[in-house]
Amino acid sequence: MTYSDPNISQTPQPIIEIKNLKKWFGGLQVLQDLSLKLFAHENLVVLGKSGSGKSVLIKCIVKLLHPDQGSITVMGEDVTRLHNNDLAALRQKIGFLFQSGALYDSMTIKQNLEFPLKRIRKNLSKKERDEKIEEVLENVGLLNTMHKMPSELSGGMRKRASLARTIVVDPLVMLYDEPTTGLDPATSDEISLLINEVQTKYKTSSIIITHDIECARATADRLIMLKDGEVYLEGSIDAFERSPDALIKSFFK
Amino acid sequence: MKKIISVRRIIPKPPNIKKHAIKLSETTLDKKQKANVFFSEVGVFFLFLWITTRAAFSREFEFNEFLRQCYQIGNKTLPLISVTGLVIGLVLTIQSRPVLVDFGAESMLPAMVALSIIREMGPVVTGLICAGKIGSGMGAELGAMKVSEQIDAMEVSSINPVRFLVVPRVLAATLMIPILVLYADALGILGSWAGANIKGNVTFVLFFSQAFSAIGFMDLFPAVIKTFFFGAAIGFVGCFKGYTAGRGTESVGMAANSAVVMASLFVILIDLVAVQITDML
Repeated sequence: MTYSDPNISQTPQPIIEIKNLKKWFGGLQVLQDLSLKLFAHENLVVLGKSGSGKSVLIKCIVKLLHPDQGSITVMGEDVTRLHNNDLAALRQKIGFLFQSGALYDSMTIKQNLEFPLKRIRKNLSKKERDEKIEEVLENVGLLNTMHKMPSELSGGMRKRASLARTIVVDPLVMLYDEPTTGLDPATSDEISLLINEVQTKYKTSSIIITHDIECARATADRLIMLKDGEVYLEGSIDAFERSPDALIKSFFK
Repeated sequence: MKKIISVRRIIPKPPNIKKHAIKLSETTLDKKQKANVFFSEVGVFFLFLWITTRAAFSREFEFNEFLRQCYQIGNKTLPLISVTGLVIGLVLTIQSRPVLVDFGAESMLPAMVALSIIREMGPVVTGLICAGKIGSGMGAELGAMKVSEQIDAMEVSSINPVRFLVVPRVLAATLMIPILVLYADALGILGSWAGANIKGNVTFVLFFSQAFSAIGFMDLFPAVIKTFFFGAAIGFVGCFKGYTAGRGTESVGMAANSAVVMASLFVILIDLVAVQITDML
């Protein structure tokens, strides 16, 4: 099965399947028996209070953190068992937007995009690379900042540039770590719109970690609420809005 | 009853064994934890050395980044090394000249200064300066990249951060520090000639011909070889401290600081070993 198949949404096979995931930091258990599925072309929003294990969850998916127990299957491969080359090959299909943006501050925006493109899409010529970079930067509305350094951009522009760097290699899965944190409401809305555009245009499946309800409302096909490292509630945005639960209400008031 | 009370006062209070035992076990645990931290850091150091060595021999070499680092290390350190080299030669000459005059051995001055600079002063002083400037720079740069998740971003893009960040820096330091040392040596001898001319009068040609006639192959060769090790150690320690820095901003400063301390220590230890080996030859 190829996961770039546009008909994949009709199959019940999940793109990401996490089973009984557990993660400890010293004596503190951050993830407790967490299980979830992400289906093709779906935006799954993971909500939760600070310290509920949201960021740890997506860092385990790309093996930036090693889970202590459980399995994480991404596009049919168990991440917990992958090593070096296989893990690198899988990571090429996953885009990760960091909370801080994590742009390489010694490079211009163009170089930031060129850096992964040159190393992952080795078959592209210089002209094709430049065209791809221009196309992606235009999609995020940053074509005129191509030769600027990250320090010359505003917070929202840095987030968009970081998103451009992530999608330039055509990932199949996107993982967003608090994409709107630290941004004003207008810029947050722009980022939420971009997340939806990326999903439509690049046919990605996404996990969006956030505690920004407006972002969740704008992007979610399905939501999961985490509490103390386990799934507390799962459902549609309507189900969350109508929930009588005090914790859910505290988010949606 | 009064008597009994007084007897009780005379008898010394028995030591609180339980309290002492707890204190002792806490101290032991503390020492055990410190030992664990030390040995785990030693383990991580050698693991990082192994990963870096393996990455250095991989097919994909980041040549442009290597050139950029050579420029950073070489060009940016040049002014500091120039001043230091000149001053070493100048001070060494001003300090030793009166003693040599007293013994009527003033003519030995060029040879003595040249040998001191080439064998020991040039390499060690340049090494220590580079440990400070380059080691701290690498520690802080990679530490800041770690804190701002740039290293993680490389990793999730399936780009090997060690291959891109560490290998070019270590190799650039290994190549550039010997060049900087030779440059510092040359300026040191030049400074010495200037120093000799403050109170005396010696021509440039005479001074340099006397200086170079005293230097043999076995003076220059071991001195140059050890500077390659200085460079490798400085580059590696700077990268190691930056790469393994913690997540907070405070850890950037700590990485830079410990990189300088450890790199300086390595320079001195390598020099000690090099002197012993040269002595045996």
